Amino acid sequence: MAEILLKDLYKTYGETPAVRGIDLTIAENEFVVLVGPSGCGKTTTLRMIAGLEHITAGDIFIGDRLINDVPPRDRNIAMVFQNYALYPHMTVYENMSFGLRLRKVQKGEIDIRVKEAAEILNIEELLERRPKQLSGGQRQRVAMGRAIVRNPQAFLFDEPLSNLDAKLRVQMRTEIKRIHQRVKTTVVYVTHDQVEAMSLADRIVVMNNGIIEQVGPPQEMYDNPKTRFVAGFIGSPAMNFVPCKLTTNGDGLSIKLTDGVDLKVPGEREKRYRPHVDRDLILGIRPEHLTECRQHTNEQQQDFGCDVSVLEPMGIDTMVFMEIANVEVCARAAPDAVKNPGETMTFTIDMQKMHLIDPSTDTVL
Amino acid sequence: MSMNRLVGETYSKRLFVFWIPLFLFVFVLLFPFFWMLITSIKTDAELYNRRISPFLVRDPTLDHWKLLFNDTLFVQWAWNTLWVACASTGISLFAGVLGGYALSRLVFPGSTIFSIWIFITYLVPPALLFIPLTGVMSFLGLHDSRLSLVFSYPTFLVPFCIWLLIGYFQTIPKELEECARIDGATRIQAMVKIVFPLAIPGILSAGIFAFTLSWNEFLYALVFLSSPENKTVPVGVTGELVLGDVFFWGPLMAGALFGSVPIAIIYSFFVEHYVSGMTGAVKG
Repeated sequence: MAEILLKDLYKTYGETPAVRGIDLTIAENEFVVLVGPSGCGKTTTLRMIAGLEHITAGDIFIGDRLINDVPPRDRNIAMVFQNYALYPHMTVYENMSFGLRLRKVQKGEIDIRVKEAAEILNIEELLERRPKQLSGGQRQRVAMGRAIVRNPQAFLFDEPLSNLDAKLRVQMRTEIKRIHQRVKTTVVYVTHDQVEAMSLADRIVVMNNGIIEQVGPPQEMYDNPKTRFVAGFIGSPAMNFVPCKLTTNGDGLSIKLTDGVDLKVPGEREKRYRPHVDRDLILGIRPEHLTECRQHTNEQQQDFGCDVSVLEPMGIDTMVFMEIANVEVCARAAPDAVKNPGETMTFTIDMQKMHLIDPSTDTVL
Repeated sequence: MSMNRLVGETYSKRLFVFWIPLFLFVFVLLFPFFWMLITSIKTDAELYNRRISPFLVRDPTLDHWKLLFNDTLFVQWAWNTLWVACASTGISLFAGVLGGYALSRLVFPGSTIFSIWIFITYLVPPALLFIPLTGVMSFLGLHDSRLSLVFSYPTFLVPFCIWLLIGYFQTIPKELEECARIDGATRIQAMVKIVFPLAIPGILSAGIFAFTLSWNEFLYALVFLSSPENKTVPVGVTGELVLGDVFFWGPLMAGALFGSVPIAIIYSFFVEHYVSGMTGAVKG
């Protein structure tokens, strides 16, 4: 249980940069999820914390200790790998006790700790089995058990759920959260799945191209993304991006889409957007804030009509795809309110939830 | 066997695609052993009588075996062969395991070129290599010594072992070792406690192969050894039991049979490990 501090961390493979200057403080007992597309440097960052990759530049502290040149075994961390990395020639019990045996912990003590971890994970009856005889979910539990018995300062997870089928993944996600609530410890968790990140994290770190795009609690990442990348990455289905122009409209401001739709900017945002009048910008709106025509609950909800092109029923909602200003846009509508493809449907857009993005810097204004 | 239940597999089809080819294969493989056996227990009179069937033994005798063990240095040759094969296999495995591990796991400048060069040394035919090696052995004062073989066999065994083991080590997931190192193992401990136990099928295959190659080796043994008491089985049997144009077929075949038995025993003993070693199979 300790704080982890990454200071101006760099990693290059030959000429190729993988991580380009990361600063991050992970608080004691915090569950931090590094998320991003493949090749964004999240796994490399995790492996540098584990000591499996050399640091090109920068510092890593665990607790107060600088660990740049400390070998992995002396960092007092535990890691769960994507393929679980269970030792095939050892039983579950031997797998879980391997680290303790190497550290010459007393036999009785080992037994107590393994049994305790097995009980937390519900794998007491599997202790004599070999990894080959376990299912995917059971292997996953054993891999976590091996980490828990060591009682390390931090847990590192490298995409631990991506080898499981969809149903089991959701189940194990809850399990991981439950275990973290029971075994309080610092967790650094890497995934490419933003749903996993949202549901598990105390704080999410979105990475892209070797740098951190934004750090924050899940809800904040969803509500107030700072860059176009984060806006598009967090949330499913992804946020719609429509080219637009900011214009004055009497006293107020309005957003003009290229095909003529005119949307009024909420009053409280006018001051923020005023310096960007007459610029070409990008309107960002999530599908859930673009719905079938509804009775307005606030005055920032505005209506417009559009032709439906494709429907994707999800059960609870139906995704409606249409074309606005030559861009495919997705709306989330109530199943009984949708029109057939080809017909015109009226939509309500909640302007309080929209974002304006500066295309020259890709930042949210 | 699940074959019985295959849809559309009739008995006659299985006879033609499975049993007959299998029988032919086994027959071809086992016939030399049968021939060695019956030749070694026939009397000379029966052996050279062309009017009786050569596949039957009418009057079995152990004379040839007695001659082989009592009147030749065969026991000494067998001992020499065993000694040389064990020593050179041991050396080659030691170098092969470490070399294979290093070339499959550690990234160091020139590691790729190095492994290609190792392969190229394996391609140099012994029939060329024995010429310079003779000079080396005289220089080392090892001429006509069993040690000359112990040191020369690794020239082809080490590259072979390294190449087989590079491939095998690559099938063992890197994460296992990384996990062990995080769990508290040093690189050496991770290698000894995690990688080597998982590589046993591969190491056994390399060992069996190396042992067989050195057990059967002929050329170096013929060139480097001259005293009868230092010879190995292949050279001893063919050298001392063929005098001019006279072939002592009975003892010759007895020696050949006796010489191939240890290898057959080793193979049958480790066959399962051996097969999985050649196909490289570690599942996590």
